[in-house]
Amino acid sequence: MNTGYTFVEKALARAAGVESARAGAILDMRPDLIFSHDNTAAIRRIFEAIGATRMSRPERVAITLDHAVPAPTTQHAQNHAEIREWVRLQGIAHFFEVGRGICHQVISEEALILPGETIFGSDSHTPHFGWLGAFGMGVGRTEMAALWATGALWIRVPESMQIELNGHLRPGVTAKDIALKIIGDRTVGGGQYRSIEFSGNTLPTLSLDERAVLPNMMAEFGAMNAYLPPDQAVFDYLEAKRTRDYTPIYPDADAVYADRYELDVASLEAQIALPHQPDHVVNLSEAVGQPVQQAFIGTCTNGRLEDIEAAAQVLRGQRVRCRLIVIPASSQVLLAATQSGAIATLIEAGASISTPGCGPCMGNHMGIPAPNEATISSANRNFKGRMGTADAPIYLASPYVVAASAIKGAITDPAEFL
Amino acid sequence: MTTHRVHVYGDHVNTDVIFPGKYTYTLKTPEDIAAHALEDLDPTFVSRVQPGDVIVAGSNWGMGSSREQAVTCLKYAGINILIAASFSGLYFRNCINQGILPIVCPGLNTLLQTGDTLEIDVTNNRIIAAGQTFNFTPLSPSVQAIIDAGGLVPMLQMRFLGYVDGYVPAGGKE
Ligand code: SF4
Repeated sequence: MNTGYTFVEKALARAAGVESARAGAILDMRPDLIFSHDNTAAIRRIFEAIGATRMSRPERVAITLDHAVPAPTTQHAQNHAEIREWVRLQGIAHFFEVGRGICHQVISEEALILPGETIFGSDSHTPHFGWLGAFGMGVGRTEMAALWATGALWIRVPESMQIELNGHLRPGVTAKDIALKIIGDRTVGGGQYRSIEFSGNTLPTLSLDERAVLPNMMAEFGAMNAYLPPDQAVFDYLEAKRTRDYTPIYPDADAVYADRYELDVASLEAQIALPHQPDHVVNLSEAVGQPVQQAFIGTCTNGRLEDIEAAAQVLRGQRVRCRLIVIPASSQVLLAATQSGAIATLIEAGASISTPGCGPCMGNHMGIPAPNEATISSANRNFKGRMGTADAPIYLASPYVVAASAIKGAITDPAEFL
Repeated sequence: MTTHRVHVYGDHVNTDVIFPGKYTYTLKTPEDIAAHALEDLDPTFVSRVQPGDVIVAGSNWGMGSSREQAVTCLKYAGINILIAASFSGLYFRNCINQGILPIVCPGLNTLLQTGDTLEIDVTNNRIIAAGQTFNFTPLSPSVQAIIDAGGLVPMLQMRFLGYVDGYVPAGGKE
């Protein structure tokens, strides 16, 4: 039984300060960073109820305002005000105001978490940070309050599933299509409580913006965390901002995986998830022609520069026939997309651009559909009612597909505009 | 070594059938919550269950929602130990944080039937069932301490307040 270790076995052993650990072991972890967002005020109330007064490591806490920004109602504004007060009281330096962007994107851009490190967020898409080779896991509010108070949390080391991707994607087919394909093939429970560890020769060919899509969407696969092996491109991205050293972690070649999935992406077509579950996935061609009343490009899944440029590429010289809402994932993305001219192209095509943040992703504001209105979205979830209206079907696809569909007001293959 | 009657279930039992979503915001008292335990999986469970019984299940017990009542309904019905071939990740954490012992031990749910008994030796991490011995991985001492305290919130209250004040936060995952 002298086999090698998976990424997660190594990463969690490091975070627990033990020499080694195997799947099934329970460890006390001290994460390198913990974060919360608009739910911070609710966590504060639990923190106070347990009798804690000071955060144990405020310098390793990040808080973003992103889920309903700028505040759409008085209640939301009050919630934000309570959070700002809490940030002052606890002396939290890593606080990001309205408009800075979505937690996962901002924390990545700020290099607050590094390869081989561990991060817990009170947000279920925390596996996102696997794009830079970190261990990221979502926790509940009670657990975040406990983390604030003690700086530690217990974890059962998960079994791992290896997903090997080989080949080059065809033009107009993206990491989003890979993620949808995996979830469609293996269902929303396919990665339950697993560490999803990606490998294969496709990964280095993906841009950094695209890589983040894979671990982000593994939340819809039931995964505890997801991991991509970091390379020089990741190290370069982090170099300008990082404030500490790090040691990347890679799984051993003879690590033991509980499950495996292999995909040759060279023959992959664009995919689309039909209402109301992210595993209701078909080839795009099977859904072409379905009318949509709204198109949305944004979110932590597909709201980065490359996503907005993909939309601009499709929409250049075109006019949208249905509402198109574009919400960059961060202020940096918005600035870069403005400088590149992509935002101008989108506005000329009829798009509406809004403040960086989650936008209508979870139905708070800025694009809630009317009953029976269909939305095609670049987001990650299409559960019934996700965007705030129960009887409003949501389709999930790549920014190319969303943009092309906006032109026709119906689900459209982007190939004819590329 | 303690002896327990078992209630046996299969694979992929989801939180909706353990505790229906329609009750999550209306039922508040332990009695009311216990009264609906496993309602859509085994309607006779509530009338049969006795304090000290254990549940023996297949893989992926508790998949789906993060609602903590899927654990507390069983706790209030008298269950303090759950045995499954595997648990959903969130459900496993909810067990610990609510002070219930989850034991990962495959093979028992196909060996036993509801009404059978088994013996659990928590000191030596063994289960004896149908004449066979099964070993399981113990919880780490620090996690066991959460269960012994009655859950995460009481444990932290003892640490920070010096007493347990009975506050039960709603919890839940974003
Ligand atoms: S963009 Fe959507 S999925 Fe991402 S953090 Fe915001 S609400 Fe969650």
